[in-house]
Amino acid sequence: MFELPTGAEIQSIIASLEVSVGCFIPEIYLSLLFMLLIVVDLVAKGRKNSLLAISTLVGLAGSFFFIYQQQCLPGGEFFFGMYVLDEFALFFKYFFVLSGIFAVILTMADEQFEAEVKSMGEYYALIVSMVIGMVMMASSADLIMIFLSMELVSFSAYILTGYFKRNPRSSEAALKYLVYGAVSSGLMVYGFSLIYGLTGETNLIKIGAVLAAQGNEHSLVLMLSSLLIIAGFGYKIGAVPFHFWSPDVYEGAPTPVTAYLSVASKAAGVALLMRFFSIAIPHAPSAQTGIDWVMILLALSVGSMIYGNVVALWQKNVKRMLAYSSIAHAGYLLLGIIVMGKFGTQATLFYLLSYFLMNFGAFYVVILIANKTGSEHLDDYRGLGKKMPLAAAALTVFLVSLVGLPPTLGFIGKLMIFSALLDKGSLYLWLALIGIMTSVISLYYYMLIPLNMYLRESSQSDGKEMNPGIFAQVLMAVLMFLTLYFGLFFTPLSDISKYGSAMFGITLH
Amino acid sequence: MEQLTTIGLNHYLTISAFLLGFGLFAVVTRKNAIVILMGVELILNAANINFLAFSKYNGGMQGAMFSLFIIVIAAAEAAIALAIVINIFKIFKSVDVSSIDSLKE
Repeated sequence: MFELPTGAEIQSIIASLEVSVGCFIPEIYLSLLFMLLIVVDLVAKGRKNSLLAISTLVGLAGSFFFIYQQQCLPGGEFFFGMYVLDEFALFFKYFFVLSGIFAVILTMADEQFEAEVKSMGEYYALIVSMVIGMVMMASSADLIMIFLSMELVSFSAYILTGYFKRNPRSSEAALKYLVYGAVSSGLMVYGFSLIYGLTGETNLIKIGAVLAAQGNEHSLVLMLSSLLIIAGFGYKIGAVPFHFWSPDVYEGAPTPVTAYLSVASKAAGVALLMRFFSIAIPHAPSAQTGIDWVMILLALSVGSMIYGNVVALWQKNVKRMLAYSSIAHAGYLLLGIIVMGKFGTQATLFYLLSYFLMNFGAFYVVILIANKTGSEHLDDYRGLGKKMPLAAAALTVFLVSLVGLPPTLGFIGKLMIFSALLDKGSLYLWLALIGIMTSVISLYYYMLIPLNMYLRESSQSDGKEMNPGIFAQVLMAVLMFLTLYFGLFFTPLSDISKYGSAMFGITLH
Repeated sequence: MEQLTTIGLNHYLTISAFLLGFGLFAVVTRKNAIVILMGVELILNAANINFLAFSKYNGGMQGAMFSLFIIVIAAAEAAIALAIVINIFKIFKSVDVSSIDSLKE
């Protein structure tokens, strides 16, 4: 059935592998960094753990050089169609390495780690391995590669979530994340197997070609497998009805990990959704049921926007509230994916950039406040406007941006998504209306935090200022300034996301 | 009758569909974390059977490769999952997922 290759064929295979390795250098570099960090941890055992953190920061920053070098490579598929290099993948490489850097900075700021664990051990190495996995998720063009990279991200994330292993809440979060993650990735693989059965291919571009040639022949099976695959991707981005893990995990996990999961892991899921559905599955309603994957994503998006924003109204824990808000933001991101095409992709990427800034900013301030008060409960935020003036102001800016009010970056992000929707004509007008209405609902629960900080007095009013340290003050001020600055002058970010919206092998518009 | 007696693609697909159903049933109804993980293994093996059957009858090598990767990933997943479950047992003295709910409001 399978013949041995001849000598000439083996020569050509080796030559093509050599070319492919040249396009794989950032990933190789990051893998070496991962191994180096484990060695550093073994050598520097017992010393202060800032050595590990700083070597991670330097190492991740060094990978920018290799990613920048890739910008002048021609791009295309390599490793026999397993992997692609295009502007879309490059955009996400920068995005994930930057979010890894932020995760390390947040970890260095969080004092809970010193109380909970003796040494940082593999923590930073796992952050790097998650970066590798997410970079591969954004660049993979084959079902095998998608599955492997998703599992790499998931496994690192399970361990990071349960990193406070003496802490019952952290361990419980890890268990819940694991159970939901394992089931949804199992369903996704079953969906992949059905797609493979329909087409006999695992490469996304070839699958797209075969399915387009088949027309509507097997649309019911295709529908079923799309549903199963969306279960896997939807779990990664935390959209309704695959969201059950996210409030518990976000509340129980160490806060830097929560921020990392809510921004980077969600972005990786979005990247995969966009690449998979724009390349592999043709956009045509099935003959039997009259629906296709766009309809499934529509239902997911509406459900996430309404559920996330409405349930957040009752939350008293700030981390849990931000978890529900991240479900709602998954809904807004799905709107951009539904639009597809050049404009929709650009809007989604822009929204991810804005979400990156405001969510990392918000979680950074939450960590700084928890360092001083030891709590994430809403009632403990009372009177912070006087005690930590800069932190309170910064948090207010980030929350205004999460609502999507001008003059912040979040407003521009929502504006891009909604104008991409309306660009499709009046077809999606109702969807944009739901988005705007739910944003209005979200105003209430976001503004509860500034209300408590500024207008309510704290119960123990000693009134003395709490200083989070000069580095934290500067970083907070910079993030706040960037959120406001890009809200007014957003051209650089919009250019970057326009650059990133070019996808290799795209067949429909 | 001949359809039923000669083993063909449909037989494999039926078995894998049953395995998927049993796996999902175990995940939904069982309370023990270990049994839930066993259900997940059933789901993964259902996908495995699908891949191998399609690989045999479609005549490509990718399906067989994919099932090899699934076996490896399932092993890695079991290692991580059992580590987390053991830690849970140390803290809560139980692996019953319905009794582990300190995070509920």
